[in-house]
Parts: sequence; C-alpha cells; structure tokens
Amino acid sequence: MIKKTDTTELLGLNKFQVDEEEAHIVLDKAACAKCTKKPCLVVCPAGLYTEKNGEIVFDYAGCLECGTCRLVCEYGGITKWEYPRGTFGIAFRLG
Amino acid sequence: MSAEEKFDAIVIGAGPAGLACAYALAREGKEVVLLERGSSAGEKNYTGGRMYSHALDALEPGLCEEAAAQGALERRVTHEQIMCLSENSGMTIDYTDGGLLHRAGSDPAVEVPQSWTVLHSKFNAWFASKAEEAGVALAPGVRVDSLIEEGDKIVGVRAGEDELYADVVVAADGVNSFIAASAGLAPAVNAHSVGVGIKEVIELPESVIEDRFQIDKDGGAARVVLGCTAGIPGGGAIYTNRNTISLACVFNPAHAAEQKRRLPDIFQEFKMHPAIYPLIKGGTTVEYGGHLVMENGWRNVMRTPYRDGLLVAGEAAGYVINTGVIIRGIDLAILSGTAAAQAILTGAQGKALGQEYVRRLELCKLNDAMRAAQNWPDFMASPRLFSAYPDMGVDMLRQLFTVDDGAASLKKRLIGSVKRSGAGIMDMVRDAWRAYKAL
Repeated sequence: MIKKTDTTELLGLNKFQVDEEEAHIVLDKAACAKCTKKPCLVVCPAGLYTEKNGEIVFDYAGCLECGTCRLVCEYGGITKWEYPRGTFGIAFRLG
Repeated sequence: MSAEEKFDAIVIGAGPAGLACAYALAREGKEVVLLERGSSAGEKNYTGGRMYSHALDALEPGLCEEAAAQGALERRVTHEQIMCLSENSGMTIDYTDGGLLHRAGSDPAVEVPQSWTVLHSKFNAWFASKAEEAGVALAPGVRVDSLIEEGDKIVGVRAGEDELYADVVVAADGVNSFIAASAGLAPAVNAHSVGVGIKEVIELPESVIEDRFQIDKDGGAARVVLGCTAGIPGGGAIYTNRNTISLACVFNPAHAAEQKRRLPDIFQEFKMHPAIYPLIKGGTTVEYGGHLVMENGWRNVMRTPYRDGLLVAGEAAGYVINTGVIIRGIDLAILSGTAAAQAILTGAQGKALGQEYVRRLELCKLNDAMRAAQNWPDFMASPRLFSAYPDMGVDMLRQLFTVDDGAASLKKRLIGSVKRSGAGIMDMVRDAWRAYKAL
C-alpha cells in the first residue's frame, strides 16, 4: 500500500550485506556534541542520524553509500568515511 | 614482477564509464581487468533514471537496440512532461510526437528512440555480461584502496593485500571518486556542487502504468517536477519503467542543511501529494535508495582528468548535465569511457596519453555538450525556481479556471497570483535574463 513510510520500513525492502567487523563510517561523538547545526540529521536519505539526549546516534548498517553526510559535516564529527569493504553494503537490485 | 603479471589496463568501477572503457579495450584484444566493489556489476549504481541512447550506439552501432531487445532497458520515452506543484495543486505539460527519435550512426534512414527509462542495476548487469563476452576480466567484490605510484607515475592499484599492475589505470569510480582525489586531481564534489537524490521504485501492473500515463505498450513517460522540494534547490522526477515507476527527488545538500526538515520526510510528502498519489496508488514499493549527483555541469568537469598512468572517466571526472528538463549522466559516462579507451588504443603513453584522452573528449563532442550547457547552473541557482514560480504558475491556472461572483477581472486576479508568489518584478527580469543566457 502506498502511504507515508518511515525510512526504517523502506530500508527493510533493500538488500544489504552488513560488514559486522568493520564500520565504514566512524563518528567522533565529542566533536558532534559541539556541533550546533547538525546537518546530518536532515540530509541523510536513509535517516540514519538521530539525536537522543543531545547525542548523535548513528548506525551504519542501513547506509545507502551516497556520501552526503561527509560533505555537510563541518566540525570534524565524521572521522572516517569510506565505501564498505568489497562485497559489503547496499546491493541495489534495481538501482 | 614479471611482464606476464601486468595488464594492459586496470579499470576501477563497473559503472557505465568503466564498462564502456573496458568493453572498447577488450574488443580490440587488450587485457583488461575491471574491478568492482559490489558483489556483482550494477549493485552500487544508481540513477533517476533514464539513458539517452546515442552514446551506447556510438560505442557500437545497434548496441542500444540489443540492450532493449534483451530486456536491459525499461521503456522508450515517447512523452516528455513538466510538472509544477504547489501545496495542494499541480499542473502538467505533456509533449509527445509519438516517436522522439534520433538518427543512429551515419545512416540517415536509421532512427532509434532518443532515450529509454532505465533501472541502473539491471542495465549494468547486462552491460557487464557484454563486457565479459568481449574478454574483460571482471573482478567483483574488490574495493580498490589506493593507487601504486613509482616516482610520478601511477603503475597499479592496491586492494587489501593484493597489488595489481598495468600500463594504465582508469578511475571510473563515480561521484565521490576517492581514487582521483588520492591522485591529487582535485575533486569538484562539495555540498554546493552536488545534489542528493532520493528514490522509491514502485511496482504496478504494466497496463495500469500505461493507462495512468496515457502511453502505449511500447511507450514511456519521463516527467520532471518543480515545486516539490519545500523550497530547497532541487526538483523531482517520475519515470515509467516496464512494471515499476521511479519516483525521485533531488535536493541541494548545502541548502538542505540550512533548514530543519528531514529530506526523507519532504520526499514522503511529495509522494503523497494529491497530484502525485493517484499515479502510484495501489502500488508496492520494492526498493528505496539515495545517491549523490554532480549538479554544476561544465564547472565540475576536471580540466586535466589525467596523470601519468591514470585517466579519470565518467562522473568521477564531473560529466553530468542538468538543465532542469534534461538530465544526462549515463550517456556522458559512456562517451568519456569510450574516449579513454580510444586514447589508450592509440598506444600513447604518459602525459601524451592524457592529452590524447582530452583530444578524444573534444572529438566526440562531449566537452562541447558540457560547454553548451555551462550557464544553466546560474539559472538553476535562482531560489524562486523551486517554490515561487511553481506556486505562481499553478495559482494563475487556478485563477483562469475559477468561476466566482465575477467582481475581479482576470487581469487583476493574475496580477494577484504574481503578488502572492512573492517574486518581485526585478527578480523575474533577472531570472529571465539568466535563462536566456543559459540557453
């Protein structure tokens, strides 16, 4: 059924091969805490950045690998942004 | 290292640029390895999307028709549509000439569809199978970590523990191109120069799609949408695939970061807009994705897309055009990948190879096409384009169709539409001038 759908449900439709051993995006939560703008909360198509008690909560598992968070991050909160290791990550069936 | 272990070329990325390059090289007997980080070709590729067919036919006459016959393409575009949305209303312009054909190759009698809607993963999987048939050694599941340099020359790539060597490395690793950046070729990508795309692919029976878009069995519609991005620079698009509809929105990340609404939420509102929902109702969402796309046209294109031993092709080199109505990426990627292969096939080496590549990019008219569209980003930068003008256009139609007590003349009511939009006369003159310059 077509309805307003949250990103968690939408990501559940996709095929992912999650790399349990290595995170391809790593945050420095202390740097994030100092960031007043927090653009990552807004721009991520997968809605993976959320805020809880003033702290950024992020899970790389549903990442669509677009790279937008890397470009808008201004305060050095993202200390690592790589594509997942070979075979891992999103596997678009349609693209 | 012995001579036998060295390839003629290593191509990074099995997207349209990398595949075109590897295919054109292998066809001429070159030993090419194509490294792809996905488990199979196509898994990491993303489009809105449609593909203009000329580039595939330039790579090999008839290739596009072959792709279509083998089910790698969705629908040939016979209807071009422009839609404007305001909060609860919408208007659509539909253009069709039944064909929208372009001339294939040198034979004026042979015409093929100008463009096809595509699902990129499906198309690329097909393209990769063609490349493998031609002799390309496709190595999926391999992420290239770095380039190997000897002196100033790039001689190979590292992937985990493995090292591979070749006469030339072609970086076709897409919009984020970490490889080109690692080679010191300044990447144009930043939060201002790109768009972030969000797309839902929605499944519906073929006949329902044909009825709703008034297309026949062999036809398809491509629609661009203005006024669906909550005022953030960007726009929407709808493409009819065989039995799915691609519903997409692109937003400028730098502007998005200046406001508080989450882009996925704005996208969901677009999906449920009263002028959009009837097109997709009863459907089933089958995939959800996001991707970056270059938005600055010629200004994003690398002027020196090479170093000794390295060529950069496709979106990694900045090849995307967006005029608001025409959005081109896949065809430009194929052209640049083909140009890279042609340059390599001349046998040129070192800096001369890079110069030959640039000469080929000019020769195939790719850079001409980029330059012809170079002023579009100025026009597209007008904030009025994304809310004031769509609102005004839709409101003018509302006035045109409204019957009331007849107290106000239509002229007065239309002027009211302009006033309500908030766009000043001088702003409109300025935007019209920018549009004229962009043409």
